[in-house]
Amino acid sequence: MCFSQTPEKKRWQQRWFCRYCRQRRRRAAPEGQRLTEGRICAVQGLCWASLGKMLTNISNVLRACAQRNGAAAVVSARTYADFTNEATFEIKKCDTFKLDEGPATQVVMTRDEGLQYYRTMQTMRRMELKADQLYKQKIIRGFCHLYDGQEACAVGIEAAINLSDHLITAYRAHGYTYTRGGTVKKIMAELTGRRGGIAKGKGGSMHMYCKHFYGGNGIVGAQVPLGAGVALACKYQGNSELCVCLYGDGAANQGQIFETYNMAALWKLPVIFICENNGYGMGTSVERAAASTDYFKRGEFIPGVRVDGMDVLCVREASRFAADYCRSGKGPILMELQTYRYHGHSMSDPGVSYRTREEIQEVRSKSDPISMLKDRMLSNNMASVEELKEIDVEVRKEIEDAAQFATTDPEPPLEDLCNHIFHNNPPLEVRGTNPWSKLKSVS
Amino acid sequence: CGTHKMNLFQSITSALDNTLASDPTAVIFGEDVAFGGVFRCTVGLRDKYGKDRVFNTPLCEQGIVGFGIGAAVAGATAIAEIQFADYIYPAFDQIVNEAAKYRYRSGNLFDCGSLTIRAPWGCVGHGSLYHSQSPEAFFAHCPGIKVVIPRSPVQAKGLLLSCIADKNPCIFFEPKILYRAAVEQVPEEPYIIPLSQAEILQEGSDVTLVAWGTQIHVMKEVAAMAQEKLGVSCEVIDLQTILPWDTETICKSVVKTGRLLISHEAPITGGFAAEISSTVQEECFLNLEAPISRVCGYDTPFPHIFEPFYIPDKWKCFEAIKKMINY
Repeated sequence: MCFSQTPEKKRWQQRWFCRYCRQRRRRAAPEGQRLTEGRICAVQGLCWASLGKMLTNISNVLRACAQRNGAAAVVSARTYADFTNEATFEIKKCDTFKLDEGPATQVVMTRDEGLQYYRTMQTMRRMELKADQLYKQKIIRGFCHLYDGQEACAVGIEAAINLSDHLITAYRAHGYTYTRGGTVKKIMAELTGRRGGIAKGKGGSMHMYCKHFYGGNGIVGAQVPLGAGVALACKYQGNSELCVCLYGDGAANQGQIFETYNMAALWKLPVIFICENNGYGMGTSVERAAASTDYFKRGEFIPGVRVDGMDVLCVREASRFAADYCRSGKGPILMELQTYRYHGHSMSDPGVSYRTREEIQEVRSKSDPISMLKDRMLSNNMASVEELKEIDVEVRKEIEDAAQFATTDPEPPLEDLCNHIFHNNPPLEVRGTNPWSKLKSVS
Repeated sequence: CGTHKMNLFQSITSALDNTLASDPTAVIFGEDVAFGGVFRCTVGLRDKYGKDRVFNTPLCEQGIVGFGIGAAVAGATAIAEIQFADYIYPAFDQIVNEAAKYRYRSGNLFDCGSLTIRAPWGCVGHGSLYHSQSPEAFFAHCPGIKVVIPRSPVQAKGLLLSCIADKNPCIFFEPKILYRAAVEQVPEEPYIIPLSQAEILQEGSDVTLVAWGTQIHVMKEVAAMAQEKLGVSCEVIDLQTILPWDTETICKSVVKTGRLLISHEAPITGGFAAEISSTVQEECFLNLEAPISRVCGYDTPFPHIFEPFYIPDKWKCFEAIKKMINY
């Protein structure tokens, strides 16, 4: 914060804090000589190690810019690898049902993994907050169910499966669309209903799809039998893929879920049923809706695991465990992720008429997934504050660009109203509002 | 005693309040009805009448309706709420196969007449695929139930009370876009409006316009436009009860005017306008001056961004009247 520049001060007083790594450094200047601006160690109050890191980061950013512009990398990286590359963490033990052993409680996370999880979760968080903002400005209309607070679930699950596996979820789908490969631009354009959207602007918030991601489903519980069907296809084709089939605590009381459990267990389908229990089915708390809130036991003849859904490493370990279980041909498995959503059920729900603001604040301060990961990484010296701040800045820019695109992209052409109703060989005439004007469906 | 300024959801609350007060066997249940419902239709009822009469169900439409049928058969006045008409399909089997056929298959030994199902219905401006549907046509095909759609708070309270009092299972669709938008002076005392009677809102001599729910307001505007721009006098009729529908009023009107325009938001193929059209041409063939016109939604799922283009707005109806006049 301040470094001494007067030679009159004693040597031991020439101590200062490096502004980057916040470590106290001693500048051993020879007697009688003062620190000047020209001395490289004193530039911006950095120590040697931090200066190296700063250069690395600048070079990375420049290289990324250069790659985008197609030019060759101009700066080579100078890595002053002062960070630990990997660390072991203790995570909460999961409750199990009908299983002899559960997921591991000691997990290893590398620095790269940590940064990637951080970036993904931060992107999702910012994207949802931006969607909130755009909704309030009436640029996004309709129904918008936000995922902030539950990021650890999407990131943890994706970290344990491959992109070649399949995933299907309900309407709180923005996070999964991102982790499954959708870009923020396309997701936001779909929210605003523009032609650049991931479903060409025809689906909206609840209906986003991409490769091996089957949405995005509005009707509660209807996606679960679909997931079992996808798993059957995987088993039939013998490609060792599995299907992750998500639903909420509200949907867990739907009849079709139990029909699906039966089919999946009977035919040993490679499906991971995941109940994202965020405590509230819209406005009804789980205690008031369910005779048994042990959602991981609801499968009865399907083994289950209950996982702390706010800890990305917990989710990852449990998903790995579940994926191994499925891929070994033992049949379906059920996971309950105990998580929390900060926003209300949707943008029309303030979210505080059935729970207190204090409760939301408490979860935010004690169990926020992004903060938890950040604390872990910083306390194990796997990243620095500045580095994470830079990721934040980059993420913010990405979201701004995407929001800009989503606002300015044109809407889909009117002809699209009638396309994609059926599979059309000759174009189909679609009757409508006026008997003399028929539209053509040419999908 | 007297009237009170109420919007649509308040008039529904008033009707339910009257029912719970006068009928000790009446119960209201559905998703989130306890705190007042997502459209505030049941605000205050739980506090007033107790949690054993106004209670939440879990998220299970099929279960809700099945449960309602059972309660009705045992003698309770069951008023079930389905959160959006778009979600009524899991309960379709229960309604069509159980509720509608109970009296028939038991030779009048049992019936679930005291069941009423309420659901928000119709387009709302930003509802997209699953918050805007109008499924009355699916239920019109099912003998044994009654389907009713009000257009305003006064009609809503009267028709809902009629449905509850009616000794047949009824489905009451409430136009959700009118919940806050429609405001009228509604009597606080209970009153009924008879079912299966269409209401003539405006007499005319040249064209008959038939619609229900939100679309009636569009029709009124169209009638004004037609009078002003074409000098055409329109007779506007609100069908109110979809099943069983008032064939007499409509046919009498068509005999008088010779032209018929029917309009609804649901897709045109198989929409209820087809049934009206078919019956009218049977009964009044020689009186028709022009083919019966149906101005309805396109045969697509209810769109997300294309909604303003999809719905049968006043311009499309006006165009249809012009064509009919010049036929």
